Amino acid sequence: MKQRTPDEIRAMADRMRRNAMELAFQAGANGAHLGPALSIIDLCATLYGAVMRVDPKNPAWPDRDRFLLSKGHGSLGYYTALAEAGILTREQLFSFEADGGDLPGQPAMNPSLGIEVSSGSLGLGLSFGVGCALAGRRAGRDSNVYVLMGDGETNEGSVWEAALAAAHYRLGCLVAIVDCNGMQSDGRTSVVMSAGQMPLWRGFGWSTVAVDGHDIRAIYAALRDAGRRPEGTPLAVIARTVKGKGVSFMENNAEWHHNVLTRSRYEAALAELIAASMSR
Amino acid sequence: MININAVNARNWARLGPRGTFGITLLSLAPEIENLLALSADLCNTSGLDRFRAAYPDRFFNAGIAEQNMLGMAAGLAKEGSRVFCTTFATFAAMRACEMVRLHMGYMGLDIKLVGLGAGFSMGMFGNTHYAVEDMAIMRAVPGLRVLSPADCASVAKATEAAARCDGPVYLRLTGVAGNPVVYSEEFDFEIGRAISVRQGRDIAIIATGSMVYESIVAARLLDARGIAASVIDMHTIKPLDTAAIDSVMNTKLMVTVEEHSVIGGLGGAVAEYKSRVRHAPEQLFLGVDDRFSKAGSYKYMLQRHGLTGAKIADSIVRRMDNARSSNSERTPWVDRAAA
Repeated sequence: MKQRTPDEIRAMADRMRRNAMELAFQAGANGAHLGPALSIIDLCATLYGAVMRVDPKNPAWPDRDRFLLSKGHGSLGYYTALAEAGILTREQLFSFEADGGDLPGQPAMNPSLGIEVSSGSLGLGLSFGVGCALAGRRAGRDSNVYVLMGDGETNEGSVWEAALAAAHYRLGCLVAIVDCNGMQSDGRTSVVMSAGQMPLWRGFGWSTVAVDGHDIRAIYAALRDAGRRPEGTPLAVIARTVKGKGVSFMENNAEWHHNVLTRSRYEAALAELIAASMSR
Repeated sequence: MININAVNARNWARLGPRGTFGITLLSLAPEIENLLALSADLCNTSGLDRFRAAYPDRFFNAGIAEQNMLGMAAGLAKEGSRVFCTTFATFAAMRACEMVRLHMGYMGLDIKLVGLGAGFSMGMFGNTHYAVEDMAIMRAVPGLRVLSPADCASVAKATEAAARCDGPVYLRLTGVAGNPVVYSEEFDFEIGRAISVRQGRDIAIIATGSMVYESIVAARLLDARGIAASVIDMHTIKPLDTAAIDSVMNTKLMVTVEEHSVIGGLGGAVAEYKSRVRHAPEQLFLGVDDRFSKAGSYKYMLQRHGLTGAKIADSIVRRMDNARSSNSERTPWVDRAAA
């Protein structure tokens, strides 16, 4: 796949945000997880726009990089990236939250759509990624495995079981990205359950890098040389992000963790996003 | 192909179900190339030490982390491997329950989860290590096949059947080293097809796992008391062999026997099916009562819960005596309803 420039990725992320609004509006009374999607959109755009090796014509290509959205409630950030990567058609994308459809609120494994794992229940993706990474090493592939988690998600003990295993098995091709938007369902992570991500991951034997999760160049710099090693220390990318990033009334607002997007709110959000992209 | 004869049946019985599982998997490894084994720090306990020595690149220890084991297995299975996972049945079914539901059920990945030491076989380890709810849990997960072999020869057969089929399986191992032998010659083991191990036209005993042997003992004792009992080895709890149940629908009493809670296991599965049948016999549920009891040795626990051949026979005779006396004292409800 063609590697995009930072400006192209910026534009890609802008479209993803607008698409996410449209999809959430279309979902109507079902509501959608907007806040946690907006915080990961720049990460997903950089991964699918420049970092990851994927073949849109063959989503199940064995040598592809694997992306596992462990925080399944970020699906709008993920589905919109799959569409930008050319893996999902616009029509498929707009089947989001259709009854009985392929793109439910939280992803359902579907290799033909490039969806590697079913997620939604938090704390399961990293172990799954350990398995994928071991399989890649056994097969002699140099594919990377990227697992995107929420910071609240790391409250789950299973994350740390997997973190131990990844370091033990020296899975140099495994990259955990922690979307540190500082919020979880009940409020600020510092209030609900504080966790110092950097020392934790280091203590578990991982390499770490901190990055502004909305700075495309910085994300790219952090991820560009990550992985591609059959043996080595796994890498944790601690991405500082803003929940609801890009829409002022959603930013750092727990109400928008999951909410119904009314027409007036939808129009307000879209106007803001369009203005922001025009001013760039 | 695993073949059963008197010699290996005896040797496996001596090894016990875990050792039999381990050597069977080892023997299948050359042929089934995508077969991997994982354990949650119970490699040796699950008889996999030789497998690990022979195939170091096909064994992964997940540490004392059953949830992680299921997750790793899922990633490996998704990438094309057939992955056996071993841990004690209690941790398999309960600690890692959600991973079982999502990775094995929802995603349908090719994971064979082996529950070691099910029932009371952990003896003095006590209640934390007993698993008498695992079949109820596993049976409720869509897409899972639940196997519960009767003796060590059938552990070998069930392991082979699991290793040769696609998709998720829960393999429940009951009994201990020195397990009694039910099968000492070659027999067909097919997932979902029960085995009739004894004929008798009065009552039918449907048993699973370790209780198959005890039910055969019970049936012999019942013979002496003038009750002819058939015994069915229901080695697959899901999918349930309903044709086998149909074949004994005309008996006076259907008895289910399991080293498992009376809630949700074999008895529950049989009762669910019978509820759809118009003229089904009454059912006697023999298993573990719905309460925690104090721990004890394996034999003690079987005795205490009425799960030895003699106690099974006693329970059946008592039930039949009760049925006879209540029939003579009052009109059965079916007739009352007709009146």
